[in-house]
Amino acid sequence: MTQKNRIEGGQIDRDANLKFTFDGQTYHGHAGDTLASALLANGVRLMGRSFKYHRPRGPLTAGSEEPNALVQLRSGARQEPNTRATTAELFDGLTATSQNRLGSLSFDLLAINDRVSNFLTAGFYYKTFMWPKAFWEKVYEPIIRRAAGLGSLSFQDDPDAYDKGFLHCDLLIIGAGPAGLMAALTAARSGADVILADEDFRMGGRLNSETFGIGDDAGADWAAQTVAELTAMPNVRLMARTTIIGAFDHGTYGAVERVSDHIATPMDGKPRQILWRIYTQKTVLAAGAIERPIAFNNNDRPGIMTASALRSYANRFGVAVGHRTGIFTNNDDGHRTAADLYAKGVKVTVIDPRPDAPRSMDYEVLAGAQVTDTMGRLGLTFVQVRLSDGTDRTIECKALGVSGGWNPNVHMTCHQQGRPAWNDALAAFVPDALPVGMIVAGAAKGDLSTAGALVGGATAARAALDLKGRMPKLPQAEDAPVTVTPFWYVEGASRAWLDQQNDVTVKDVKLSHQEGFKSVEHLKRYTTLGMATDQGKTANMGGLAIMAELAGKTIPEVGTTMFRPPYTPVAIGALGGRHRGQDFHPKRLTPTHAWAEEQGAVFVEVGNWMRAQWFPHAGETTWRESVDREVLATRGSVGVCDVTTLGKVDVQGADAAAFLNMIYCNGFAKLPVGKVRYGLMLREDGIAMDDGTAARMAEDHFVVTTTTANALPVYRHMEFVSQCLVPDMDVQLISTTEAWAQYAVAGPNARRVLEKIVDQDISNDAFPFMACGDVTVCGGLRARLFRISFSGELAYELAVPTAYGDALIRRIMEAGAEFDITPYGTEALGVMRMEKGHAAGNELNGTTTAANLGMGRMVSTKKDSIGAVLSRREGLNQSDDLRAVGIKPVDPADKVPAGAHLMAAEGPVDAAHDQGYVTSACYSPNLGHHIALAYLKDGSNRIGETMRLVSPLTGVDVAVEICSAHFIDPEGERLRA
Amino acid sequence: MIIDHPLLGPRDSAEFTYMGDARLIDRPNPNDTDAAATFFDYAYLRDNPAGWHRELWFHEAGDRSWLVVTRNTLTHEISKVELARDVARAQGRSK
Repeated sequence: MTQKNRIEGGQIDRDANLKFTFDGQTYHGHAGDTLASALLANGVRLMGRSFKYHRPRGPLTAGSEEPNALVQLRSGARQEPNTRATTAELFDGLTATSQNRLGSLSFDLLAINDRVSNFLTAGFYYKTFMWPKAFWEKVYEPIIRRAAGLGSLSFQDDPDAYDKGFLHCDLLIIGAGPAGLMAALTAARSGADVILADEDFRMGGRLNSETFGIGDDAGADWAAQTVAELTAMPNVRLMARTTIIGAFDHGTYGAVERVSDHIATPMDGKPRQILWRIYTQKTVLAAGAIERPIAFNNNDRPGIMTASALRSYANRFGVAVGHRTGIFTNNDDGHRTAADLYAKGVKVTVIDPRPDAPRSMDYEVLAGAQVTDTMGRLGLTFVQVRLSDGTDRTIECKALGVSGGWNPNVHMTCHQQGRPAWNDALAAFVPDALPVGMIVAGAAKGDLSTAGALVGGATAARAALDLKGRMPKLPQAEDAPVTVTPFWYVEGASRAWLDQQNDVTVKDVKLSHQEGFKSVEHLKRYTTLGMATDQGKTANMGGLAIMAELAGKTIPEVGTTMFRPPYTPVAIGALGGRHRGQDFHPKRLTPTHAWAEEQGAVFVEVGNWMRAQWFPHAGETTWRESVDREVLATRGSVGVCDVTTLGKVDVQGADAAAFLNMIYCNGFAKLPVGKVRYGLMLREDGIAMDDGTAARMAEDHFVVTTTTANALPVYRHMEFVSQCLVPDMDVQLISTTEAWAQYAVAGPNARRVLEKIVDQDISNDAFPFMACGDVTVCGGLRARLFRISFSGELAYELAVPTAYGDALIRRIMEAGAEFDITPYGTEALGVMRMEKGHAAGNELNGTTTAANLGMGRMVSTKKDSIGAVLSRREGLNQSDDLRAVGIKPVDPADKVPAGAHLMAAEGPVDAAHDQGYVTSACYSPNLGHHIALAYLKDGSNRIGETMRLVSPLTGVDVAVEICSAHFIDPEGERLRA
Repeated sequence: MIIDHPLLGPRDSAEFTYMGDARLIDRPNPNDTDAAATFFDYAYLRDNPAGWHRELWFHEAGDRSWLVVTRNTLTHEISKVELARDVARAQGRSK
């Protein structure tokens, strides 16, 4: 197919022929085209169907503000819905498809919505699909979802990588039009570090779309030369294809760089997009202005677009959308489009509602005239014009450029709560309060002439960097004044589109007002004006103007809705970056990880750590078989478990003991050197926070352990107490969790194994229960030994510097071979601590006190400690408070699941009669039945009572006996063996 | 946000963990006769002002300093950043 609408000129490379498809049809375009410009060159105006009424639509703009021309790009896993054809850079092999249609684009079955549009006004869904209630989810919603909506996802994993990066600069310049380029040039020549970012793939902004010159050059050539000069400067980073998406606190800006969107697949090792976080001292916002349309009946047909878009397609892309073209404008800038198109051989008629519209020798100008309607089912064919004398005239044209004036692009100025101010001369909002460090220049500020942009850019850069000296001489450029007469919609228009993306018409705004949704925020939510991917960049002003007129207010009185980041839509992939799948968060490996993998361990994630959960043997078919074996083998002979993940905090200093006295509710001042003590930490509200051990290695040196999950918060808390509450205590803290590989060796043969490894005497006399000390292993390696036991067996924890962790586990396995030493995982660890009645995270669940845990007497009254005062509150010390107990089923075959609640053996089963609940439960291979730990009201006085354990939700109802939580070795003889 | 750390200079707020009202430094005296009441206030009652607020930030991914940051909760403007230890000393928490 020939590019029948291609004309001379433009910044496209006519030697570079690019083949692409749209809805299966093959077309050709050139390098430098967007998908929209290439389709228009091929005579394709129809590019999509509207959201609600499925009306045929073509591009309204030539930029990122586009509401209509949303298409799906690529296919397969790279399929990307809702991309704007007006910004999609053409590449060879691009496949694009239209979306939001049932059937073909030119015969969309859902266009029936347009015929019944009288019913589908604003609020229709709210009012209609309310009854019957059950119908919403099952009937209405799926149908509406099918009918309304945009493109579809591929439902495959995105094969491309997305990155995140950080940049710092003295001056960030947003937008590379005349103001941005001049600001960059001024700043760069002063030696400042400059970042210049522009969403377009070609820098220059409107200069690429205009015919007027700068100095002796064409505007586009001046832009290209300036970009070349900046590129050669080492202190400038030029970022094309990069959208600044938001102005955040303290000079932080978000940016999305589309590294590979303009090629079929990313180059090897390159990401698809990068999300940049830019830290800058100062910012020049030179984001330009956006032309706004005028509302009139059927103003949404393909071929009707903003006048500046027609000018862009003609001047930049060498495309005449229609060889007969109308221009409907209320300002002089619209006449520029007419002049440019006429110069390129297009037959032009200008319709200008101003009676004093400027005349032209070249083309027809209908002053005082208005467009009242348009014709053409799939694209514009005729416009109907009411002339100044009241008569109607029909004009044949394939394109109509509409200009209602220009809106300075104030979006980014409002991201820090700023609101724009109304400017009567421009009939537009201009920036007012700005984010700290931001200066606005050029059209974004309301200086709409090229000369104004150049002066503004240079001035802004000089102010931002506080440059002294004389202002450099700037090149000559056009400096036409803005002449605009506010004109928002044609009288009598009703099916006149304000927001083409959301199908919001003048009639909908009137209905919203009539029904009481008069504030702009209500208007937005009732009609959806200004929502979705374009956020109303071309639509909002018209809606505000009509609402103001209806309410009898001025536009600034009505105000604008909030502008929020992102400026244009951002792919979730870019926000996620590398943090997806396996890399969603860090994975921490224990020192025994490689060894455990060799053993075929099954791993479980615990606070980012990968811990061995159990070590299956050949022939074991269920996890229970493995866990039961590990428990029995440990209690029968000896087992070994990696407990490195428990938090370790080194506490040193003359006041170390006094400090521990402060953070633990029980006393540590009198703990002798070489001894370990169990410690319970409370929060200030008296609730248990964490537990662990503290080992006194020296008079001024303790090693504190925390639970795995609380390692970070406990350390943070300890630093808080140290720095904020006792600032002058001589105590230093450091987390050494990763510095030491620590293994529990437990079981009656534990000592025999360790005697082969530890160089010192560890006999019961020399190293009794709760002893600790510095030792050496394997003939000299420094190590720490703690005789502590979570399992209830004779047990030690041995720690060596992490680098030796792998060697040590292998040596322990070797030394233990003669005792059939068995590695055990977190499941067996849990079973054994439950058999012993030790509390863990399930018991320290953020609601329990020391008293609940049966440790009430541990809270020392002789000293101050965090949480001590509030732990003595009356409400936490009632006679029927929960107490930790053990539970066993009356029938040994029954299970006693965690989460089930305890009820009296006789009586009602309901919340009012709740007596307590099970926190942890397991099968005890030593006892041959299930056991559980529970909290029971007044539990310590109810040992031996038979109760009902119920879980109505899961159908559990079993008889249980309350018993001591210490199922195994309640006297603690094994510990001390 | 950028927090100007008194020892390390400007750092991104992402490096910090937030804890809220800096009045947590003013832990009551447990030996006071009305300690039960003052500790109740201390543990549960915090100001949540729209405007200037002194708050605690922990440089968790940094040097582990607790800082007192004076920040406007409406604008995120930060007017002062101090080491919490210095604040605690100034408020008489030395032993």
